[in-house]
Amino acid sequence: MREPEPEPTPDPAAWETGLEQLLAFARRRLSGDYTVDEFGYDRDLADSLLMPAVRPLYRKWFRVETIGMHNVPDTGGALIVANHSGTLPLDALMATVALHDDHVGHRQLRLLGADLMFKLPVVGELARKNGATLACMPDAERLMDTGELVGVFPEGFKGIGKPFRDRYKLQRFGRGGFVSAALKTGVPIIPCSIVGAEETYPKIGDIAPLARLLGAPYFPVTPLFPLLGPVGMIPLPSKWYIEFGEPIRTDQHDPADAEDPMLVFNLTDQVRETIQHTLYRLLSQRRNVFLG
Amino acid sequence: MTSSRTTSSGTKPSVVLVTGVSKFLGGNLAARLAADPDIERVLGVDTVPPPRDLLRRMGRAEFVRADIRNPLIAKVISGASVDTVVHASLSSTPASSGGRTAMKEMNVIGTMQLLAACQKAESIRRVVLKSTTAVYGSSPRDPALFDEAMTPKELPSGGYAKDAAEIEGYLRGFGRRRPDVSVTVLRFSNFIGPRIDTVLTGYFSLPVVPTVLGYDARVQLLHEEDGLAVLERAAVHELPGVFNVAADGVLLLSQAIRRAGKIAVGVPRGAVGPVGRILRGARVVDFSPEQMRFLNFGRVVDTARLKENFGFTPRWTTVQAFDDYVRGRALRPVLGAERLASVERGVLSLARLLH
Repeated sequence: MREPEPEPTPDPAAWETGLEQLLAFARRRLSGDYTVDEFGYDRDLADSLLMPAVRPLYRKWFRVETIGMHNVPDTGGALIVANHSGTLPLDALMATVALHDDHVGHRQLRLLGADLMFKLPVVGELARKNGATLACMPDAERLMDTGELVGVFPEGFKGIGKPFRDRYKLQRFGRGGFVSAALKTGVPIIPCSIVGAEETYPKIGDIAPLARLLGAPYFPVTPLFPLLGPVGMIPLPSKWYIEFGEPIRTDQHDPADAEDPMLVFNLTDQVRETIQHTLYRLLSQRRNVFLG
Repeated sequence: MTSSRTTSSGTKPSVVLVTGVSKFLGGNLAARLAADPDIERVLGVDTVPPPRDLLRRMGRAEFVRADIRNPLIAKVISGASVDTVVHASLSSTPASSGGRTAMKEMNVIGTMQLLAACQKAESIRRVVLKSTTAVYGSSPRDPALFDEAMTPKELPSGGYAKDAAEIEGYLRGFGRRRPDVSVTVLRFSNFIGPRIDTVLTGYFSLPVVPTVLGYDARVQLLHEEDGLAVLERAAVHELPGVFNVAADGVLLLSQAIRRAGKIAVGVPRGAVGPVGRILRGARVVDFSPEQMRFLNFGRVVDTARLKENFGFTPRWTTVQAFDDYVRGRALRPVLGAERLASVERGVLSLARLLH
């Protein structure tokens, strides 16, 4: 722990602007005076409330370090493909904060989520307001066509719900739908490797009957959960690294190549291998899970 | 004296038959067509006469009290040599049509009879159907936007949406049997506006508005005047095909309720059914299960085809249409914008004073 910084003398002007902004935000929210896009992304809420809520987790708890941010274009469509882990999708949230805060273009990551998420109350609502939409071809193509930065976790539940002993071993990459969508729209694919998320909730067991009862893909058992109850839901403070790799161009292919299964499989494998190798390299450089 | 003035997209109709003229859209469409001097005759059909002021507005349009479920409708069509039929009578509210059975009968059997009559009539050149975007259903597995080529993830199990899907099927069959007839299907989103009465206009005027707890549906609307303009354009020009008709932009349900100055009350999903039934039983708002699904998950459609192929861009966005409805109905806001602004000023000056 560092020495607590001396309290800065409150500047009356700054204090007043802060209050003014807060009140203006409250008034906008209460009178419905904000715009939402067709996917349900509520920028006013995301920037003023959701982002500040997860930022402390990003800065103070996981102390996320980003590498290769220059590989993400400042404008225009692109597809970020990342590994998925950690029982709860904190990696999706941290990647969103990283691109919003640490990228020069302050880009909003538009995540593609599983349908289960949109079925859930509150979670589905907040996900849409934070820019996510259902992982399906029409939505992915529409977002990429309009120059958005789209984020996808092709491993899905197989990745996020894998046992702790399989940490940092990439699971199967679905059917490569994300590659087809990128080929169709001609946007670059940026491999993204996230280290640290596996250790937030080490999943050492799975209570399958309980999962079936709740309709969930798994019911995790971690060293602290459900043993310690709600306290067990606090993620372990692992040190995180998020590395964005060299973009893989898709615009030299014909959009019709999206139908070519061989090309789609090859590109899918290329992305998967790149992420897997980057993960191994980052892990070999890491000396301590919690200190980095 | 048939007026056969050729437009860029076909000929103008000379005898138009409009169904459902006792309702806002049918009646006002008949009125608009009657005001067009190029159209020789306008026949308005319904089982009940339109309200007096609507009938007056319909001017020279002739009201024919007929039931489209009755084969007599064939006599009306052939007797007047109708060349264009605008089928605008599809009902979405069981209560206004005397129960769900009667509604289904009116919607489905009525359309079958009407199409059978059209198939026999040599004079028919154009059929326009007022359908609904409800045919896409509403579920958490939906893509963000539906285009006309997409099919619902879960087939509508009943109600208005199922009726509309069946009717569209009959119309496709009709189009195959009469390839010389131009068939236009207009899938409208929910209407809103100061004059039209729909389930949604009733819903938003409740003092306390029930919503599904933990869900915030994306709602896309269409201003009543834009709806009329689209129906008129489809009746007057030859624009075959299926078109989504909706305004640009979306509102979240919570946002719409706030813009109307109302207070939303979240109802847990399990209790939504009983609450809906109570409101329906008390004749407050006529919620059907598919409307409750819509208020749960929402629905947005892609209108590129409407703009590019149909040649129509709605004048009102969803937000503008909704605000026009709030102003036009003079809804009494519980939380008005002025009151909020004055509270904001009050808190600021109080804070400055204390500082």
